[in-house]
Amino acid sequence: MINQPLANQPLSIELRKISKRFGRVQANKDIDLKVQRGTIHGIVGENGAGKSTLMSILYGFYQADKGEILINGKPVKIKSSRDAISSGIGMVHQHFMLVDTFTVLENVILGAEQSALLKASEVNAREALQHLSDEYQMSVPLDALVGELPVGQQQRTEILKALYRNAEILILDEPTGVLTPQEADQLFRVLQALKERGVTVILITHKLREIMDITDNVSVLRLGEIVSTHRTADTSTAELAELMVGRKLQTQQFNKIDNPTTDNGIEVRNLTVTDERGLTRLDNVSFEVKRGEIVGIAGVAGNGQSTLLEVLAGIQSPGSGSFTINDYQVDANSPITPKEMREIGVQHVPEDRLRLGLVKSFSAAESSVLGYQNRKRFNWRLFLNIRKIRAACKKLMQAFDVRPPDPKLKSSSFSGGNQQKLILARELDKSPAVLLVGQPTRGVDIGAIELIHQKIIDIRDDNCAVLLVSVELDEIMTLSDHIIVMFEGHIVGTMKGSDADKTTLGLMMANAMDDAA
Amino acid sequence: MSTSNIELPAWIEILLIPILNICMALFFAGLIIFAIGENPIDAVRIMLTGAFGYDEGVGYTLYYTTNFIFTGLAVAIAFHARLFNIGGEGQAYFAGLGIGLTFLLLDGMLPAILLIPIGILAAALFGALWALIPAWLQAYRGSHIVITTIMFNFIASSLMVYLLVNVLIKPGSMSPETREFSEQSWLPFMHDVLSNFGIEVTRTPLNMSFVLALVCCLVVWIYIWKTRWGYALRTAGQSEAAAVYAGIKPKRIIIITMCISGALAGLVAVNEIMGVHHRLILNFTAGYGFTGIAVALMGRNHPLGIIMASLLFGVLYQGGAELAFEMPKITREMVVAIQGLIILFSGALALMLRPAIVKIWLAIRPIPSTPDMGGQHG
Repeated sequence: MINQPLANQPLSIELRKISKRFGRVQANKDIDLKVQRGTIHGIVGENGAGKSTLMSILYGFYQADKGEILINGKPVKIKSSRDAISSGIGMVHQHFMLVDTFTVLENVILGAEQSALLKASEVNAREALQHLSDEYQMSVPLDALVGELPVGQQQRTEILKALYRNAEILILDEPTGVLTPQEADQLFRVLQALKERGVTVILITHKLREIMDITDNVSVLRLGEIVSTHRTADTSTAELAELMVGRKLQTQQFNKIDNPTTDNGIEVRNLTVTDERGLTRLDNVSFEVKRGEIVGIAGVAGNGQSTLLEVLAGIQSPGSGSFTINDYQVDANSPITPKEMREIGVQHVPEDRLRLGLVKSFSAAESSVLGYQNRKRFNWRLFLNIRKIRAACKKLMQAFDVRPPDPKLKSSSFSGGNQQKLILARELDKSPAVLLVGQPTRGVDIGAIELIHQKIIDIRDDNCAVLLVSVELDEIMTLSDHIIVMFEGHIVGTMKGSDADKTTLGLMMANAMDDAA
Repeated sequence: MSTSNIELPAWIEILLIPILNICMALFFAGLIIFAIGENPIDAVRIMLTGAFGYDEGVGYTLYYTTNFIFTGLAVAIAFHARLFNIGGEGQAYFAGLGIGLTFLLLDGMLPAILLIPIGILAAALFGALWALIPAWLQAYRGSHIVITTIMFNFIASSLMVYLLVNVLIKPGSMSPETREFSEQSWLPFMHDVLSNFGIEVTRTPLNMSFVLALVCCLVVWIYIWKTRWGYALRTAGQSEAAAVYAGIKPKRIIIITMCISGALAGLVAVNEIMGVHHRLILNFTAGYGFTGIAVALMGRNHPLGIIMASLLFGVLYQGGAELAFEMPKITREMVVAIQGLIILFSGALALMLRPAIVKIWLAIRPIPSTPDMGGQHG
């Protein structure tokens, strides 16, 4: 690995005193950053630390209030993404900017067409892309529709798009969030290859292990400022985590319940669900969750976990098969509503907190009774008792360290982690007999993850049956007593939490156990 | 940079921006008046004195205001459930039929104390019924409510013509209207009520339904923001997924909300039929239902804003009529054009000035002492 390129080479990127303010929030403050050509530079930080703002400034979505950007030693003004592209900067967003119904080729030339008719561009692009994908061992079927490709391939399309536009600097925003461990490894090999050919890579992530594995240098952002820049070789995950959060973190290790002897909190029997388009979302799924046990569902996003969670929460009706939840038998003929679910002690922390878990325009207090708005304690005769609701919300906020603890604030003005804590507080407060949790820590800061995990373990120890769905393998492995892996609506494997290992789970998630064997 | 998610203080949102919008509209209206050779300042003066200068003007202004409050509320409550009720016109019209049928049947038999509540109820019910059908179609058949409510305006219109010409017409009459209802069914005029207290004012169509309109504002405000049903309504309007998650049935919300909306629109018939005409006539709705959309837009779907916007439209109607009378060059059509400008600037272009105002506000506002970023630990 080349850690220190020739010192006399001009810097690929240099930021000088970049500052950006949004209303009352100082998103970036006097950021100085130097990135050598042909290196991989990691940027870590909690949510709201200013990573995305900084990269958006570099990519021309925002303009800095103050400061200078130098690319290859020359000062540049980047006013739009077009300017960024012409300065040789390419960006792969966390949520891909691709047209699903276009082919890979069409997506790549989109916005970089060379003439009014597409034919010539397509011919040129095909040749260039063939060349690129050979060079970086990044094969993508050029004529396949993007929507039909696996996520890893879609991401490669994004990378190809940037390279096709002659990007010499590639910014990747949380690139592994949607990938299986194997896909992530492939991505890293591509990044290595890019680096060896002189491309500068900036990797934004909150996964410290990735930083350690692949980057040459790493900068930590906290509260909008760069608190340190290290050579990766000289630092450790513990040190980085501490820098990010600003305090020491214990590593979390929870005891595992290996053979629970309690009765079943959830028992799913041959559950099959077909969606309105006729696609089978769940295929003959059977499993159980005992009381006082956490069962984690691992899998790449979109393999039926979401459907499973929604069916168990009463949001979707079960197609065929049945399930018993907290001793209530449910099937297609005797469905159950989300309202009834709450009444029988089944609490649900939804995967998509912004769409389901709260209402963005509501105050935190209003969101803190979502689903419980009809409860007696929150009503007085015909009216909602807003004073009681606020008091209850305040209590929840204190118990779960929601910041700022102001029930009158709009739900959307809380950071993701604090929204999540509010939702968890709302659901756990009802002392559930069965808890369904989806992506409890998606987009949540390290500091808050600690608290959320502890609360989930606490509720398990209160004899609650917990079903956990997460795309974070680390999270599944940390929390689950029992792990189920789903692939395309099937259960493809199960494992005890105490002897789970990442490689096996990763292979199961890709449904590649047979190939590996 | 997008400014839509930056919050401004309430007084800017609710007062300053609407006032600036109206000023811009008046500026352009002034240009037009100037272009046809009249003095814009005089025109504004005539309009204002026409609307507020003497008790008769005030009476007419508030009488128009009453209708706009009803239809504005109707649009607003539906809007909070993210339903666009364009059918206020038809719902009000059909509500008139409710009053007509009830009174033709009962008006000789019951005293005022029963007849009036029954009439109001009939109007609300018929209005609700005319909204229920599009609501049901939207909820259970997926027909878009904008289309169906528009269609229902036409249906109501044709139906009323048919009924008034062929069925309900006063025997022997040439004009398509019912016989006059007995006096027990009339809503008291404001001038009569006031004269009971020894206050003498000129006769105007203003009647007690103005009070009913103000009560409706209060009730709607309480319903939307202070009750669990309003909570459910707003949740469903903001996010259907969140509503389902919360055990709220979006279909049911559509039905209930549209019924309330239709009932509110239907109360226009109370003002017009029970308050003023005392018989069922053709086209008594006179476009109030459509103007209600502009009123709700201008009033930001808030009852207080709707009162203000309704008053403004009341002024435009009454002062505009005066203007057309006083300044012969300014025709009735001209007045409609001015109304159009106001709708354009405070409805369709309501947020045009906002980005600029946000920038100014960010530059001049007091800096908060503790910039709390909300996501920090340690």
